[in-house]
Amino acid sequence: MRRFFLIAIPYAWLTVLFLVPFAIVFKISLSDYAVSIPPYVPQFDWAEGIMAFIRELDFENFIFLTEDDLYWKAYLSSLKIAVTATFLTLCVGYPIAYGMARAPEEWRPTLMMLVILPFWTSFLIRVYAWMGILSNEGYLNQILLWTGIINEPLTILNTNTAVYIGIVYTYLPFMILPVYSALDRLDGSLIEAAEDLGCSRAQAFWLVTIPLSRPGIIAGCFLVFIPTLGEFVIPSLLGGSGTLMIGKVLWEEFFSNRDWPVASAVAVILLLILVIPIVLFQRNQQKQAEAEQ
Amino acid sequence: MSRLSWFNTVSLTLGFAFLYIPMVILIVYSFNESKLVTVWAGFSTKWYGELMRNDAFLSAAWVTVKVAVLSSTFATILGTMGAYVLVRGGRFRGRTLFSGMIYAPLVMPEVITGLSLLLLFIGIGIERGVMTIVLAHTTFAMCYVSVVVSSRLVTFDRSLEEAALDLGCSPAEAFRLVTLPIIAPAVISGWLLAFTLSLDDLVIASFTSGPSATTLPIKIFSAVRLGVSPEINALSTIMIGIVTVGVISASLISKQALVRQKRDEQAAARVQ
Repeated sequence: MRRFFLIAIPYAWLTVLFLVPFAIVFKISLSDYAVSIPPYVPQFDWAEGIMAFIRELDFENFIFLTEDDLYWKAYLSSLKIAVTATFLTLCVGYPIAYGMARAPEEWRPTLMMLVILPFWTSFLIRVYAWMGILSNEGYLNQILLWTGIINEPLTILNTNTAVYIGIVYTYLPFMILPVYSALDRLDGSLIEAAEDLGCSRAQAFWLVTIPLSRPGIIAGCFLVFIPTLGEFVIPSLLGGSGTLMIGKVLWEEFFSNRDWPVASAVAVILLLILVIPIVLFQRNQQKQAEAEQ
Repeated sequence: MSRLSWFNTVSLTLGFAFLYIPMVILIVYSFNESKLVTVWAGFSTKWYGELMRNDAFLSAAWVTVKVAVLSSTFATILGTMGAYVLVRGGRFRGRTLFSGMIYAPLVMPEVITGLSLLLLFIGIGIERGVMTIVLAHTTFAMCYVSVVVSSRLVTFDRSLEEAALDLGCSPAEAFRLVTLPIIAPAVISGWLLAFTLSLDDLVIASFTSGPSATTLPIKIFSAVRLGVSPEINALSTIMIGIVTVGVISASLISKQALVRQKRDEQAAARVQ
């Protein structure tokens, strides 16, 4: 009996507040838009039953999404931004993780804490900090003008460059930690062996260190890529009107256009896109767990 | 390797500079006299005073703390139960679905979680406000708590619990006297994680809050959209300060607990 309640309570909670809402999104994505409160005509009426539902089923919101250029472009540009930003984060994060793994043993806990600390600080504040740095009168332009590197202020804020900087900055800990833990486990004698056998340092790094830290690299890339794809805060604060990201489109569709059926359809497709990397990530983690055992 | 090569020194220095300089600038300029955030005009704490007199921010801060305390507490209870079910529940019908529901919210984009919960609340006709934000935050935070607690439960030596049961404890007593003290650090860090996630959340709170309840991130976001302001810098500095103190003291406490545990184990080994 006690076991029943132990299972039933969290189960019921998640069903009501996670699974059911999800079914509602799916349902509304198949409904028609209407000027009313709530602004949609439900597609599914219990009284009419399932047959009527199937008869009426027309996927028109999804067809609308494929017809309107905006959505295609938003999905593609989200993917492009997420892939590029993940790669940039790897390029910035790998040397840091490598340096941490090579640092003296007694420094490592402190370095770890220094990486984790920003992660606990408000995401919004960390993004906001860059607004002051990157704006036209911002600190970066002030320094560059003062040193004479440029004569006119650069426009960085409200461009995709600012979005990339924001993503790399906020997601850096997610890349550093898994890569560091992979590098930390790496047996140093393997590199020495490679060097003894005639590898140069660069060759040893490329042929031994990188392949052995691959699980960490893969995990880090997924941890950055997955949340970046649906990111809303960074493109809306640092990006400009030209920055198309699907999280922002969904938000605007819902709050500005009040078109709930289309917003729901946007959400369903975003989720379908995310299923692939999530499954791959899960598999990578499982393989790693098995390898450890 | 005891000494760092120049390459590693450079990459660590640049890396940590990149991580910390933006925040340092933010903090320094919160003490700026000028209304223009990017022009330094002398030291002043006037923006902190201004902030203390800003009722809108204060009431939003109060709502945020209330939501965070309530939701992280519920999330810790539900999440610990969830972890227990995952690790110890054995086989039951719908186990796969259950573990799916624990892990899925971790990777779900916030816009989708927020949208789906809002549609639920409207569908069943709950008025949106503090209550609905608490429900939403509890739901996604309990999954994080479950993951943290279950990773501790997996490494937990079950024979300790069995010994307690053999010695006459009821299952509830065994849980309270043996299991709970051992998993306590994980439960506490789960609570802390849930608390910060709730404090931090903008997207889900925006979807699930009504006009009656505005949280601090919602307030900050709408202010920040208009540009940088010294008041927000002051507010950010306070929040960074609280988090820094919290994280450092938490890590010191857990370090101490670790030292004590080692000492106890050594003492036990000597007795044997």
